[in-house]
Amino acid sequence: MRFMMLMIPKGYEKATPGTMPDAKIVAAMMKYNESLQKAGVLLALDGLHPPSMGVRISFPRGKPKVTDGPFAEAKEVIGGYWMIQVRSREEAIEWASRCPGSDDCVIELRQVQEMCGFPADVQEAARGYTEFQSGRSRPA
Amino acid sequence: MFRRPRGVIPSSSLDDPGRRDATAKAACACQRKDGLIVVVTTRDPRRAIDAVWRIESARLIAALVRMVRDVALAEDVAQEALVAALEQWPESGIPENPGAWLMATAKRRAIDHFRRDQRLERRREQFARESELRQEMAGSEFEVAMGDDIGDDLLRLIFIACHPLLSTEAHVALTLRLLGGLTTEEIARAFLLPESTVAQRIVRAKRTLSRARVPFELPRRAEFASRLRSVLQVIYLIFNEGYTATTGEDWMRPGLCEEALRLGRILAELVPEEPEAHGLVALMEIQASRLRARTSPTGEPVLLLDQNRGLWDQLLIHRGLVALERAREMGQVPGANVLQAEIAACHARAQTAAETDWARIHALYDALIEVMPSPVVKLNRAVAIAMATGPAAGLESIDALVGDPSLRKYHLLPAVRGDLLSKLGRLEEARAEFERAASLTRNARERELLLNRAGCQAGRAKPI
Amino acid sequence: MRFMMITKERKQADPDAMPDARGAATMMKYMESLAKAGVLLAFDGLRSAAMGTQVSFSEGKPVVTDGPFPEAKEVIGGYWMIQVNSKEEAIEWAMRCPAFPDFAIEIRQVLEFSEFPAEVQAAAAIYPRLKAQCRNRPGT
Repeated sequence: MRFMMLMIPKGYEKATPGTMPDAKIVAAMMKYNESLQKAGVLLALDGLHPPSMGVRISFPRGKPKVTDGPFAEAKEVIGGYWMIQVRSREEAIEWASRCPGSDDCVIELRQVQEMCGFPADVQEAARGYTEFQSGRSRPA
Repeated sequence: MFRRPRGVIPSSSLDDPGRRDATAKAACACQRKDGLIVVVTTRDPRRAIDAVWRIESARLIAALVRMVRDVALAEDVAQEALVAALEQWPESGIPENPGAWLMATAKRRAIDHFRRDQRLERRREQFARESELRQEMAGSEFEVAMGDDIGDDLLRLIFIACHPLLSTEAHVALTLRLLGGLTTEEIARAFLLPESTVAQRIVRAKRTLSRARVPFELPRRAEFASRLRSVLQVIYLIFNEGYTATTGEDWMRPGLCEEALRLGRILAELVPEEPEAHGLVALMEIQASRLRARTSPTGEPVLLLDQNRGLWDQLLIHRGLVALERAREMGQVPGANVLQAEIAACHARAQTAAETDWARIHALYDALIEVMPSPVVKLNRAVAIAMATGPAAGLESIDALVGDPSLRKYHLLPAVRGDLLSKLGRLEEARAEFERAASLTRNARERELLLNRAGCQAGRAKPI
Repeated sequence: MRFMMITKERKQADPDAMPDARGAATMMKYMESLAKAGVLLAFDGLRSAAMGTQVSFSEGKPVVTDGPFPEAKEVIGGYWMIQVNSKEEAIEWAMRCPAFPDFAIEIRQVLEFSEFPAEVQAAAAIYPRLKAQCRNRPGT
């Protein structure tokens, strides 16, 4: 099972462009990241620049509209994520609980959708792209 | 690791203090929020503890093996610690450092065991063990016990689980049990075996190790290399068992792929200087990337060249390529795992089957044959030659294998031969080969497919 | 430069709901265009937030909360990780996304190790080794 652990640091919604993480916090995080790696459960991880450097595209009336960050309505924003591979939701929760986050952060756990969870017609639609298919010639 | 005590069942007016059943759902943890009671969480303490066990058990057992010098005893006291956790944690909450708690509990149990043996006149070494244990306990460096040493301990445990005195089946069972934390039942389900068989296998294996008084130090040099090879083989065996499982079967079976990947990644971190370890991880990551594309919606197997590459998991492919790069950086002559991973990488890099770099794959198989001259490898090499150079060249390479006694019963040999003959327009011969292949395979679906192909040969203007 | 395109949906998805075939097909076509252009590094759909879990820390203690989270006006549906030469290019790609109702894309730039100041790099010395996300286009 795969889970995304979304790191939601309080106050990151207000962070100015170019804000860098504190070295001490980074050091603690790296120890944690390393523990995930050594346990063979870490698949991927990334940090994200604050929303003040981001952009939002919405589609009112079907047409794309671009809005620069920061985003007024957003009270909680993502600062980074981990992708982990575990055997149960409880294991994901246990790992998230071990994050050296202070009271200043929330981790949201979301299970990754595995394709085989979709019903057949959706899977079929997803497969129907000739460009993705092999170049095998068909019989005459 | 700094963690604060966590209440699985914090006190609140909705608590049922009489509940001690660890398997029952925890009482709701509730918060007051704007005058409303908001249910925060219901967590099953048993499952939470199981999750902790999954994370901690391998390192716990590894450290205990170092201390008590006996795999059976180490596992016994570790299990006793788990039982204690299941009894106590639902009430007290999961402790700040669950690993250390389990270790301390297990150590106390170990001392009890030694004391009991003492009354039965046991060997002097165990006295020495006990005093060593006492010293470790007095130091109370629980963190140290689970800290820097743990890499060595874990590697030792992996190596012991694959000791040459034991059979391969025992290696698999012991590895999954001690390092994977799988229960006997889970291992039995994964390998389609009766639970009693697996239980016996594990008991016998531990007894063999105890009786033989196997040393608990890491082997050196040549023995290290050969033991590592065994370990890598066992991990790949587990992976393959999962890989060949079909969807619709017990999820424990394809779950073996994840388990093997996890073990492989752990191992690669423990022996980062070993290119074959990274090679194995690379191979598994890339193979696993195809899991979603391997079967059609109706459950039929889909050959690699026919797979929808849009379903290949790019994250795993990238991880595989990174692991492969790590192996290559060491500059050694590539071994079997690295070469197989390189071949898998060739496929992974091709956006479509038509873009496959068959010339490179051919060259890789030439190298692979030197270190792994198995019949399957020889056959795959012939296929690569056919794809790179043309069916005639491929046929020549295959014909050299026809007399090989190890391939006499191997259905893929006539199947591939039939395919090449068909491409060359020699349809009658192709049909005969497909029929022969069909007669050799034990898989009903494959037989159907092959007979189908045989039937297609007659009267078709263009070969398939 | 790498950007995470995070899909946001206004309505909380019914945990039992499956995407419809046509919607999935449209989305697949879009993703295919990202892949063919060589910009798509990774993507995932996430199971509904109703089935998610949050781990927060209160006075140092991990607090586990199950979804759904009624305060959240928007939920994350999934993401695409892309590699492009500029933020403008990322915006361009996002604008080409099919316009689903109540749907938006938040573009966030990935914070790379090389961007850390020296003391943070020192604290994060093992970060490059942990990184699993591709820095290069697939196939290179």
